[in-house]
Amino acid sequence: MFDALSERLNSVFRGLRGRGKITEENVSEVMREIRTALLEADVNLEVARAFCDEVQQKAIGAEVIKTLRPADMMVKIVHDELVRLMGPVDPKIPFISPGPTILLMAGLQGSGKTTTCGKMAKLLLARAKRPLMVAADLKRPAAIDQLEVIGQQVGTPVYTERDQQNAVKVCRNGIAQARKTDRDVVILDTAGRLAVDEEMMDEVARIATTTNPQQIYLVLDAMTGQDAVNTARVFNQRLELDGIILTKFDSDTRGGAALSVKHVTGKPIKFVGIGEKMEAIEEFYPDRIAGRILGMGDILTLVEQAQRQYDQEEAAKLEAKMASGKFALDDFLVQLRKMRQMGSMKDLIKKIPGMGDMMGDMDLDEGEIVRMEAAIQSMTPKEKANPKIVDASRRRRIARGAGCDPSDVSQLVKQFEPMRNMMKAMSGQSLPQRLKMGMQFSKAMAGGGLPRLKGSSTASRRSLSKKDRRKRRKR
Amino acid sequence: MGLFDRLKNGLSHTRKKVSASFRSVLRIGKKIDQDTINRLEDAMLTADFGPATTQKLVDVVRSGWKKGEIVEEQEVTDYLVRHIVAMWPESDRRIHFAESGPTVILVSGINGSGKTTSVAKLGHYFTNQGKHVILGACDTFRAAAVEQLSIWSERIGVQIVKHDQGADPGAVAYDACEAATARKADVLLIDTAGRLHTQDHLMRELGKIQRVVEKKIPGAPHEVLLVLDATIGQNAVNQARQFSEHVSVTGIFLAKLDGSAKGGIVVGIRDQLNVPVKFVGLGETPDDVEPFDPGTFIKAMFAD
Ligand SMILES: Nc1nc2c(ncn2[C@@H]2O[C@H](COP(=O)(O)OP(=O)(O)OP(=O)(O)O)[C@@H](O)[C@H]2O)c(=O)[nH]1
Ligand SMILES: [Mg+2]
Repeated sequence: MFDALSERLNSVFRGLRGRGKITEENVSEVMREIRTALLEADVNLEVARAFCDEVQQKAIGAEVIKTLRPADMMVKIVHDELVRLMGPVDPKIPFISPGPTILLMAGLQGSGKTTTCGKMAKLLLARAKRPLMVAADLKRPAAIDQLEVIGQQVGTPVYTERDQQNAVKVCRNGIAQARKTDRDVVILDTAGRLAVDEEMMDEVARIATTTNPQQIYLVLDAMTGQDAVNTARVFNQRLELDGIILTKFDSDTRGGAALSVKHVTGKPIKFVGIGEKMEAIEEFYPDRIAGRILGMGDILTLVEQAQRQYDQEEAAKLEAKMASGKFALDDFLVQLRKMRQMGSMKDLIKKIPGMGDMMGDMDLDEGEIVRMEAAIQSMTPKEKANPKIVDASRRRRIARGAGCDPSDVSQLVKQFEPMRNMMKAMSGQSLPQRLKMGMQFSKAMAGGGLPRLKGSSTASRRSLSKKDRRKRRKR
Repeated sequence: MGLFDRLKNGLSHTRKKVSASFRSVLRIGKKIDQDTINRLEDAMLTADFGPATTQKLVDVVRSGWKKGEIVEEQEVTDYLVRHIVAMWPESDRRIHFAESGPTVILVSGINGSGKTTSVAKLGHYFTNQGKHVILGACDTFRAAAVEQLSIWSERIGVQIVKHDQGADPGAVAYDACEAATARKADVLLIDTAGRLHTQDHLMRELGKIQRVVEKKIPGAPHEVLLVLDATIGQNAVNQARQFSEHVSVTGIFLAKLDGSAKGGIVVGIRDQLNVPVKFVGLGETPDDVEPFDPGTFIKAMFAD
């Protein structure tokens, strides 16, 4: 599994190891090789391209940490991008009560649905559930027998209707049977179908609307080619998938489907099948897979350590500047950029006791930050160090350079001074205390410009998703 | 319906996809330039030709362009088709029949690739040619595999030799050969359990089945077909290579070509391995099988 891709990537990194530093030129050379490696691994062309663009951007924009070799830095960047490409994943099954919780398995012919049903039943039994399997593949000869044999193997009852032609009815009756016999999870095994087979796609869509499953899984062969993701896309359009179960992951697939499917469908892989035995199923963790692809755990640790070290040093430098009041607009810009990189900062802050309430529904305005950045970049070093010298003519020049209004510039300048003072006051305080002060300051400034915090749309987003959920339940 | 139309229908999706992407790549009235080559490369990659084969074919087009053999983008399709079709000589695709006694065809492949259905299709195909066919149910491993083949044997009206699930597949092969000889069958089709090419003990088991057949009927197996799922990517090449190490693979049955959005893998396999494609599967009924014909196939794939 992944061996071939690992090898290719490793040789790319080895090639980079001889180079002094990451330049735009040698990165794009490396990226071409990575792209070929990905294509050889059946990664969807679209995905390979997006992945390489992302890695290239990150590599060129990466902070130069002197203690690190550029090749190692590159390994880390590729690793993180791989993780991002496949995640995030939450493989938990949302059980409902009263049950039964319904799981639907759909997919192409021969992808491994029936076997996966048995594996899932076994997994559920281990979690103290009482599953029932429903044989709704009425198409393939002996498919019902196959599920019955598997049911016996894993000690799970199977609901069958031998003379039935209508798979939707079988599913409905199977669920009724589960209620009667006090089974709390129902696993629906459906016939294999091509994404281009309208009639059969209609059938599975009808099964989904009638039974309203808590989880709809697409069972996908890990060895599928460029087409895999197109298939997944069509299934997702018709079924609103919750996740993907990748089978035959124990093969020597180079992992194209594993790497592509999340990017294209937006739905993550939740489980992987790793053998023919009924216990051969695992939850899917992108970081483990990325680790296996690159197989360079030691380098990753090294890079992470160096990065932590670097961050600490930077923080110490900043601290000193803040304390001495020498914090300039330049430094502010660096901080702004860091904040934008850390999309999850808000969530982080919220975890600090007492901070959650204060954050409320506020958010940093992305557009505002971009305008501030532009304005700061249009200033001369002198102006950045001492914004007080910005007069009307300088203001006009800066505004012209940044493409903003002169009044925006004056606001930025006006509010920088109190901020610098606050920073000076803040230095030496504990982190929560500091954040608290920061928030108060921001609140005071809100509506007035600098780090403007404004009412975010989180609230409305939340209610929307609730509505969505309700809509889904009704289906 | 003629063969061309059947293929065209079966491949309608492939065709739409491929020719749509090729048509947007190759525009009428536009001269070939570097950009043409780049776009052609992308189109082939997404059609599962694989990077190595794509590179080769792109080079073919590039040199044709440099030499002035092709000038306009609209000439590229025909040029390519001529080159791809030339990769499959006629002798390549013929079925080897036994001079006397039963012709034994061993069918292998990974799990779910379409072996059992393909055995049924071939049984039907040879029966239609007036041959006396027997099936051997050597998948004694997968749940209800024997039942599955039994149902097919009834549907297509041929005899089947089977044991219970869990029996030794070698013993089934032995009995099947014996029955085929005794009953004077023309063709014995042996279905085997799906196995990943990476599972060494299972691959050795397959080798054992072949040796049983070799011993029972001199010259057998006359064909060892590897069933490949057409939706598979570059891994198909690995499969073909690994199976060939354990059994003497003589050809490929490319199943589920009705579902593959693109058919480029066929070209890739032919280019990288010396194993020809002999049949294609185009659906789920016993009728949905065709001997592979590269000209028809490629033309249907590229036809507007
Ligand atoms: N659309 C389409 N489906 C096919 C084709 N050939 C086989 N199938 C389907 O693929 C699925 C698996 O086929 P099988 O013949 O059982 O595959 P197998 O290789 O014998 O499977 P195992 O014995 O379990 O390894 C079934 O649902 C078949 O109907 C084909 O050419 N086109
Ligand atoms: Mg089979």
